[in-house]
Amino acid sequence: MRLLTHNMLSSNIKGVVNGFPLRIEAEKVVEKTVEMNGDFLKKMFEKVDWKAFVDASRAMGYNELPEEADPSMLDSDEFLNNFHHALLELHLEEGALVCPETGRRFPVTKGIPNMLLHEDEV
Amino acid sequence: MASHKQLPRTAQIRLVSSHQEVYEPCDDSFALVDALLADRNNLQEHHPSLCMEIGCGSGYVITSLALILGQEASGVNYIATDINPHAVEVTRETMEAHGVGAELIVTDIAAGLEQRLAGLVDVMVVNPPYVPTPEDEVGVEGITSSWAGGENGRSVIDKILPVADRLLSEKGWLYLVTLTANNPSEICQQMRKKGYASKIVVQRSTEEESLHIIKFWRDVDTVGDEPDQSVSGFIGSLLTQIRLLSYWRGTNSDKC
Ligand SMILES: C[S@@+](CC[C@H](N)C(=O)[O-])C[C@H]1O[C@@H](n2cnc3c(N)ncnc32)[C@H](O)[C@@H]1O
Repeated sequence: MRLLTHNMLSSNIKGVVNGFPLRIEAEKVVEKTVEMNGDFLKKMFEKVDWKAFVDASRAMGYNELPEEADPSMLDSDEFLNNFHHALLELHLEEGALVCPETGRRFPVTKGIPNMLLHEDEV
Repeated sequence: MASHKQLPRTAQIRLVSSHQEVYEPCDDSFALVDALLADRNNLQEHHPSLCMEIGCGSGYVITSLALILGQEASGVNYIATDINPHAVEVTRETMEAHGVGAELIVTDIAAGLEQRLAGLVDVMVVNPPYVPTPEDEVGVEGITSSWAGGENGRSVIDKILPVADRLLSEKGWLYLVTLTANNPSEICQQMRKKGYASKIVVQRSTEEESLHIIKFWRDVDTVGDEPDQSVSGFIGSLLTQIRLLSYWRGTNSDKC
């Protein structure tokens, strides 16, 4: 699971009001290099919740992202490279996503989060 | 180069992974990929950033889409979900075998994504469980949930449509597999009320079933429940409607 996906995921347990962002428990993180596409990054920059993204990247052991970001930074190659790396090249391979409100853990196995709810959570 | 109009590669059956509890690529899967191929020029010019499949099964469809449209270098990312954990695992293997990838999530339709992914999906493909069955077979564990569609085969489809509407971007397209028994013209009417135009991209009849792959897109002129439609919009949607109705009257032999 990429951090792009983490940024789009919330806990949807019945009754949970603020299920975003899910806290990351990282057991195994892998890096896979992919080609960069500047237009894609610029488009996603507008959609990403930056605070959640930075926290998630730190939980994955990556500390190169600035605490705050604004669109002018997209002109910097260094920023773009780091944004690309954190958004698309870091994968949570094993671990869990934890609901910020209830503490319920959604397991991530072989890179795949399981968001299925138990009957009493729907 | 230009004179060689090569068909793009789609997923190869010999590289598609399998599992006894996972739906194998079948006529419906092939028809959906044929629809994507038939529409590939439009898809390429559409420049989608995020593509999504709900109910990815073996991964045959999302893999084919990724081969048609390209990956990160082309600025395209893929998300695929399935309620069956084995299916998502098999999709991962199928994609890996083809050298492509997607973000995979085990979930019910798009639960967990509906809030933050709203309005971001440019292309959605769905081959849902569409076979008419008793309601209590819908969503049970394992392979049954890959085809069991409840009354008129519409139970899961009717849950997916509002989710698709929520997730699709302004320019978003949905490709949906339907069976005649699902009453596709009624599905189109329902989507028209949400502002979508529709057209049949592929129609295929086998001995048992008649499949339609329908493409939906947001159309400013296609707002079904607004009385003050523009003339062109009204005539346009009327024409679409007449075309669809006469179309289904022609093929709907087992229902009408
Ligand atoms: C007809 S199969 C299609 C599989 C594959 N996309 C293909 O075309 O070959 C339907 C798939 O939808 C999945 N499915 C059924 N109900 C679902 C739900 N509520 N949420 C997500 N996936 C679901 C099934 O597990 C199955 O893999």
